[in-house]
Amino acid sequence: MSPTPPARSTASFDRRRTTAVELDGVTFGYDRTRQILTGISMTIPRGQVVAIMGGSGCGKTTILRLIGGQLRPRAGRIMVAGQSVPDLDRDGLFALRREVGMLFQFGALFTDLSVFENVAFPLREHTDLSEDMIRDLVLMKLNGVGLRGAAPLATGALSGGMARRVALARAIALDPMLVMYDEPFAGLDPISLGIVGQLIRKLNDALGITSVVVTHDVYESLKIVDYLYFVSDGRIVAQGTPDAVRASRDPFVRQFVDGQADGPVPFHVAAAPLDTAFALDVR
Amino acid sequence: MNRSTIDLWVGIFVALGLGAILFLSLKVGNLVTTGAREGYHVDATFDNIGGLKLRAPVKAAGVVVGRVEGIRLDPKTYEAVVSLAIEPQYRFTQDTIASILTSGLLGEVYVGLDAGGDAKMIADGGRIAKTQSAVVLEKLIGQFLFDKAQAGGGK
Amino acid sequence: MSASAIADGLRRVGGGTRRAISRLGFAARFALAVLLHSPEGLKRIRLTLREIYFSGVLSLVIILVSGLFVGMVLALQGYDVLQRYGASESLGILVSLSLVRELGPVVAGLLFASRAGSAITAEIGLMKATEQLSAMEMMAVDPLARVVAPRFWGGVISMPLLAALFSTLGVYGAYLVGVKLIGIDAGAFWGNMQSVVDFRADIVNGIIKSAVFGVIVSLIAVFEGYDAAPTAEGVSRATTRTVVASSLSILAADFVLTVFMFRGVGVV
Repeated sequence: MSPTPPARSTASFDRRRTTAVELDGVTFGYDRTRQILTGISMTIPRGQVVAIMGGSGCGKTTILRLIGGQLRPRAGRIMVAGQSVPDLDRDGLFALRREVGMLFQFGALFTDLSVFENVAFPLREHTDLSEDMIRDLVLMKLNGVGLRGAAPLATGALSGGMARRVALARAIALDPMLVMYDEPFAGLDPISLGIVGQLIRKLNDALGITSVVVTHDVYESLKIVDYLYFVSDGRIVAQGTPDAVRASRDPFVRQFVDGQADGPVPFHVAAAPLDTAFALDVR
Repeated sequence: MNRSTIDLWVGIFVALGLGAILFLSLKVGNLVTTGAREGYHVDATFDNIGGLKLRAPVKAAGVVVGRVEGIRLDPKTYEAVVSLAIEPQYRFTQDTIASILTSGLLGEVYVGLDAGGDAKMIADGGRIAKTQSAVVLEKLIGQFLFDKAQAGGGK
Repeated sequence: MSASAIADGLRRVGGGTRRAISRLGFAARFALAVLLHSPEGLKRIRLTLREIYFSGVLSLVIILVSGLFVGMVLALQGYDVLQRYGASESLGILVSLSLVRELGPVVAGLLFASRAGSAITAEIGLMKATEQLSAMEMMAVDPLARVVAPRFWGGVISMPLLAALFSTLGVYGAYLVGVKLIGIDAGAFWGNMQSVVDFRADIVNGIIKSAVFGVIVSLIAVFEGYDAAPTAEGVSRATTRTVVASSLSILAADFVLTVFMFRGVGVV
């Protein structure tokens, strides 16, 4: 594997810990009025691929931002490899982010850089490696996602699926211990869906990392993950292994997995009763 | 856009910009003539400075030899005291006459210096003894009418 | 007007004012943060050079052409008025002082705000909307140092150069019209100009003005981009705000600077 210089801070991230990420009673809201997450507790063991599922806008992406230290929780503990994330100082956050790779929705590639430069970006910023070493590493990572031939292209020339894969190569450039995926399956064609799913699983096992996937694609997730959490209205409403989920009788899980229009998550948004809305009771 | 092309264009741009500043300073402004050669200062008192302003030129024989640096009123004598900054290579005799003149009929007001024949030169911080105040148009007309009245009445 | 409508209106004015003031405070803190992160940003000299290219070099065409035309028009109009008083030989003085003291810094500043300022705002706003700034943060790279500071300094460095080029082309345009077209004596044109335009009082002050305008425009441009709402509409509104706020600030600052700089010249 490629050599990465040690983190320069007092915080030390122990890759060998059995628990990679742990959230305990995490509560978060942007201001006093809206509470986005309430009492979130999850344990993510090292080496596993874990999915966080739920409808749009239920706070899934917020969980990723909390783990990555971009947001601070109002209450609760967030531990990554034994370090409490909200208590990290500037150097500690710096070290944390070298150990955590993130794949953003739709890729978030830097539009002013080429594919090669995008993947090389974290290497250039955080290491003193020579140009030759960087070149080899970048091509290796791109090869891992099947896009070594796309290295000289500009980001504008990529299809959605290819851009997603380049962003994945960039996320693993520094060989992090944890990779987070924000809606990696959103908007992809069936072939790309399959590719991304396979890559997530294969890279996880090959590199010995831990993966957290935030998504609402049930079909793809059930194929590749080891454990799932279901989030609704800022709370965890269900969790389990893929088999347990498939067999579950929980109404929310069933509605989600089967794609039912109505259930615990209602079809109709809260509105005035039909009579008053259509003035039917006017006599 | 590769690196060397950008470098080239930025270099050209900065060179052009600095060149423009240089052009403005030398061809448009007077950077060549003003310089480290700070002149020496000399005072001159006038009854009336007319339309003389700060930074007006000081000329001798029509050649600009300095600038007006300061204008103030002497509170005791109620005369105008004008400070002149003259370029160091031009020295004037002690009996130089300083007059307030106008270039043309409606031109700018300047200080004209007429050197005398004295052997000694005025030093830095010195004073021009002989001065001629500005010609104020109203007084000129008043004088003319007065003379006319005198001549007419005398007949 | 009913009492509740008036109260409503007042409430909105109050709220708007409060929001404007807190936004101003945020902008001030942002400006400080950009300055503090600048040393890191300037270490990546390549990035700053790139931004000088995008702000300065790509504005050259509009600045040079505008300068030329402004100078030519100034000469035409100026000659028309001056020759009534037999003062057509002062055309060089009129044109050069107008350009160097005022038109160069101000017009170049306004053009720069619309061309380069809006581009900077749009770029940063789009990077925010497509989560590129977030991605950078998650890779432990400070967006202020890597994206914002180089664009800020690129603008600050480009402005004085562009203003000087504007004035130069303006004087040349005036020369073309005044001397070549109308027939004023070239010697009088340049000679009178040189005897009146003072390096320290006029040219240096003009450069100081354009530097101040550069700081104003660049600061507003990067702030509006960074603060833009991450949607298409948000970015479009941010670019409009950049152009409007920069233009008004330039004109206001010009007034203040002019009062202080040109106080002793024949007026006060």
